[in-house]
Amino acid sequence: MSRLSSENVLVAEEIIARYPRPKSAVIPLLHLAQEQDGYVTDEAMSHIAELVDVTPAEVIGTCTFYEMFKREEVGKYMINICTNISCQLLGGEELLHHAEKTLGIGHGETTDDGMFTIEDVECIAACTEAPCLQVNYRYRYFVTPADFDELVDDLRVGRVTDVSPHGTLTRSRQHIPAAKQAGIVPPEEAREQPVWLPAPEEGKA
Amino acid sequence: MSQAHLQNTPGYVNNEGMKIVTSRFGYEDSFTIDRYLATGGYEALRKGLTMAPGDVHGEVKNASLLGRGGAGFPAGVKWGFCPPGKFPRYLVVNGDESEPGTYKDRLLMQRDPHQIIEGCLLTCYALGLSQCFLYVRGEMALAQERIADALNDAYEAGYVGKNILGSNFSVDIVLHWGAGAYIVGEETALIESLEGNRGMPRLKPPFFPAAIGLYGQPTIVNNIETLANVPWIITNGADEYKKYGSETSPGTRLFAVSGHVKRPGVYEVEHGVTTFRDLIYGDNFCQGIRDDNELKMFIPGGASAPWFFPEQLDLPLEARSVGAAGSMLGSGAIVVMDETTDAVKAAARIVRFFSRESCGKCTPCREGTTWEEDILNRMLSGKGRPGDIETLLKAASNISPGVYPVAAWEEGGLVAVPFPPKQTTICPLGPSSVAPIASAIRRFRSEFEAKIDEAAHATIEVSVGGGS
Repeated sequence: MSRLSSENVLVAEEIIARYPRPKSAVIPLLHLAQEQDGYVTDEAMSHIAELVDVTPAEVIGTCTFYEMFKREEVGKYMINICTNISCQLLGGEELLHHAEKTLGIGHGETTDDGMFTIEDVECIAACTEAPCLQVNYRYRYFVTPADFDELVDDLRVGRVTDVSPHGTLTRSRQHIPAAKQAGIVPPEEAREQPVWLPAPEEGKA
Repeated sequence: MSQAHLQNTPGYVNNEGMKIVTSRFGYEDSFTIDRYLATGGYEALRKGLTMAPGDVHGEVKNASLLGRGGAGFPAGVKWGFCPPGKFPRYLVVNGDESEPGTYKDRLLMQRDPHQIIEGCLLTCYALGLSQCFLYVRGEMALAQERIADALNDAYEAGYVGKNILGSNFSVDIVLHWGAGAYIVGEETALIESLEGNRGMPRLKPPFFPAAIGLYGQPTIVNNIETLANVPWIITNGADEYKKYGSETSPGTRLFAVSGHVKRPGVYEVEHGVTTFRDLIYGDNFCQGIRDDNELKMFIPGGASAPWFFPEQLDLPLEARSVGAAGSMLGSGAIVVMDETTDAVKAAARIVRFFSRESCGKCTPCREGTTWEEDILNRMLSGKGRPGDIETLLKAASNISPGVYPVAAWEEGGLVAVPFPPKQTTICPLGPSSVAPIASAIRRFRSEFEAKIDEAAHATIEVSVGGGS
């Protein structure tokens, strides 16, 4: 469907320029593609391959290793319910079943209106607030079935302010002003030690 | 249910005691550069820059700061492993917190990102590291956002980047973020991921990161919490740091206590001296088991750790003691399970995790964890077969041969087998899947047998009913 937009190519170039080797930017750029389209398209992966100078197969190889990258359309809101040990002990599985029943879908599935996808996820590091879930990677803690129903209603009518559509992780990006950048140090360049280190002692190399 | 203590920072409990890494958590705006500067922020950097780089390293080494990621190796010693004269060297910060039960690095990233940035700067200065990559777990959107904002402010104010505070010290800190893969928390897999690849661990030796790390160059990989301690150590000195905690485990440490306790939470605790009993039952901490139930078992250091039982409650939160007793302190994640817990179900859930997260590189782990999961699921769904316990243990021993670490149990005739387990795999993920299996079967074998017996009876009923 879509390559990265010209605006996103500029963002991509800024990201690539921070790494000694361009391929390091693959995961951030896959996130950028997912932010643009809601999921990662084949065209976007080919475009990323061009931008970082690897083959499309290498980008696909990386993409398919990581759980967060979706290669098909998913709901506007991805609801990830944790069922790992700390949440299991306090009702995570019951919450997942309630969510499936309420939305009429199984985990890994999307509602017909394209609003919600449910996932049965591994630990999301909120173990002391069990059971917990994330909506597009924003947390909700101590979630009861009633809380879940309220959340779904709020999302439907747009009453939730801290959650962006699926694909958008953060509201701000790192930006390094050119004048302040220390500069990348590629491994290929034979390098002296950094200037702030004292001269090596004799015989210590 | 009142969760007044959660208003500001969900999870964090501001208990009585020394605060080294959570000292700013009480402020609503603890993550801003203004609050950081108003509370002594970047003073350690100023002080560090007046010291020789080797002296900054020396201070951290003298503080015996133990790595907080899981292995508990002294950071100052690790820092000394870079081959002399080989440059450029890099710093990779491990913020890929995903060990089940673990919740501390995300708090530090969200609540005090500048403290981590300052720790990174001091580390780069001390060791002559040319660039720092701060790898945050993909799912932690708010942590990424807070670090991005903090870095933008720190660059603007001249604390990061070119000629820091007018000195000849220059280093960039790059925010990098993952995309969902537990194994990337393993340091060599983290490096693979940072190079844009599938996050599969590398064989050690030769790929010890300090020697051959990112792009084949010497690379220091440190955990978020480890680096968060560095500014305090430089400001106050190693001797002051060692006044807290025990001789072998100085300072404080964050422990997340989850599960069946009255007051679950993340606590900053004096390292090495506080006991599991203090933490689980103490008024200053978790205040006991919910409904005053009996404790059945607890995981002392994340899902990878063999289980402990009431007999181990008086052990201190100290790596060596816990290791000798048959488990590990790991990532400071304590999961408490009361008498109502089904041991088979709990073990099966943890095994499912490792089976899902196996990267697939080593056959014993890829195939073995799948078999373990299948057999346990079969038992849970009432289809267990006679001999399944032995089959399960056999599958487990293909990943971790020999006697698996276990806690002492007098009544059951078990003596402690110290950590770590043996492994037929490149990394410890596969062997970790054996921890819940070995722990649960050796202590609660009758629960496994009961499930298999139930299945046998159910089968007989069906055959009788449908026979004639």
